[in-house]
Amino acid sequence: MSLAQTTGRGGAGRRSARPSRLRAYFTVDGWGLLILPLVVFLAVIFVVPLGMLIAKSFTDPTLGLDNYREIFAESLYLKILTNTFVIALSVTAVTLLLAYPYAYLMTIATPVWRTVLLLLVLVPFWTSVLVRSFALVLLLRDTGVLNTIAQDVGLISEPFPIMRTMKGVIFGMVQVALPFAVLPIYATMRNIDTRLTKAAQGLGDRPSGAFWRVFVPLSMPGVAAGLLLTFIQALGYYITPAMLGGPKNTMIGELIVQQVSTVLQFGFAAALAVLLLSTTFVLLAIASRFMNLERMLMGRS
Amino acid sequence: MTRVLTRAGLILLAALIGAYILLPILIILPMSVSDSAFLTFPPKGFTWQWFEELKLDPTWLEAATASLRVAALSAILSVVLGTLAALALVRGRFPFRGPVLMVLLAPLIVPYVIVGLAVYIAFLEVGLTETTLGFVLVHTCLGVPYVMINVCAGLVAVDRRLEMASMNLGAGPVSTFFRITLPAILPNMLAGALFAFITSWDEVVVAIFMSGPTLTTLPVKMWAGIRVQIDPTLAAISSLALLVIVGCFLIIGLGRLVQRLLARRNLSSDSTGA
Repeated sequence: MSLAQTTGRGGAGRRSARPSRLRAYFTVDGWGLLILPLVVFLAVIFVVPLGMLIAKSFTDPTLGLDNYREIFAESLYLKILTNTFVIALSVTAVTLLLAYPYAYLMTIATPVWRTVLLLLVLVPFWTSVLVRSFALVLLLRDTGVLNTIAQDVGLISEPFPIMRTMKGVIFGMVQVALPFAVLPIYATMRNIDTRLTKAAQGLGDRPSGAFWRVFVPLSMPGVAAGLLLTFIQALGYYITPAMLGGPKNTMIGELIVQQVSTVLQFGFAAALAVLLLSTTFVLLAIASRFMNLERMLMGRS
Repeated sequence: MTRVLTRAGLILLAALIGAYILLPILIILPMSVSDSAFLTFPPKGFTWQWFEELKLDPTWLEAATASLRVAALSAILSVVLGTLAALALVRGRFPFRGPVLMVLLAPLIVPYVIVGLAVYIAFLEVGLTETTLGFVLVHTCLGVPYVMINVCAGLVAVDRRLEMASMNLGAGPVSTFFRITLPAILPNMLAGALFAFITSWDEVVVAIFMSGPTLTTLPVKMWAGIRVQIDPTLAAISSLALLVIVGCFLIIGLGRLVQRLLARRNLSSDSTGA
């Protein structure tokens, strides 16, 4: 969407190249004041609680780094952290494999089909994760749709276990992750100058050569952004792994909820959350080097 | 030849991805009217029995009304705050633009588990957990970015000449805003409101933290049910929840259509006028 032109440092900011650049930066006009209600609201309802969470991780039950030490001292917790990374990485890999050709198809499709493809990939984004995971349970469990059909046609004799395995978790999570990979990759591909691949072909390269040597490298910033965004999202999932995974596939999100709801260890849960939060922001900072994140997030709906 | 094959391969892959995305959801609908207590496949017979059972259990209705109330209120609050912020972003000047934008978009990025835990810790202190107000406040954080995004897009497209014409003809800035600008961005505000509504209506992770015996939203009640035992009433309630979302999208699509038709009419009257 064209929003990016108006936010960021475009528009108003550019006029500040005059001597009083500093004063221009701090200028507020009547329209600008309208930002205040939302900023104050988010500061109170969103930022302050996050601050309290961080504080809690260092103070509850005792002052210090005990909560963080506990995470890295216990092998069970370390295993859950590794699990989280392995699952998130696998989800990211599968998602990218599907998203790249899908996004490419979007760039070469007619406008109508492009819209259809775009709407389709956004379906998981706008339908409840809960309902979708529930549907996947009905589909994947031993007495579920896929196993019943496969047995009926004689493909398998015993139910093939997918539920409560990592395969099931990945199967469910890739759906949710697809828009986060497809959208940035498509946004990059759309802006690749098609004359470049034509030029490569004009200079004697085969179409496939032009694709791999010109188009693919030019699309890499989008792939990098999609990869990081998908990975960030996948790290924090809770519902899908909790429903489709087994005890061996516990992820950090489930551990956080468990710590609060069953053992009431708020400080420890907060430390886990801070760990996840800081990982998210570090990865996001890396992602923003590859792409204008603001533009991408804004273009997402 | 290879080109045709590549295209065919791409289209096949897209079709498979489409099936992968849509089929699981569509399967809920036949399951919810299937005459089998164990949700077996293929669905057998046809019955409204599971929907009838929902009606008999008042707690489902309670959860659904709680969800509707929270979603509607947070949509309204999101529209007000989000539209004001969009006006400031598109039209205004204010300092610390970068950091402010980061705060405004942060709810889209921070994992919901973290939002849930943080808000739960904070709201426990002030007694806002298990209250409609508490739910509305936190769901507004999650929904407001969508309003902002939609209204910004609408504002960029507003023809500033119309506003200037209105001012030239003697209308003040306030009346110009309410007569020209606001009607122009109304469809975007509606779309943003519906996105915020859906976000709240669907939201389960933060709600799990915030819910309790006094107030439970529909997704949390479904979640609890799924964890205990999977039965056809859950398929029935899932179908209903999906229908609400489909309804919202029909309204959004209709709004876009109307907006486009109006724009086309204005355009054609422009050209005839010139």
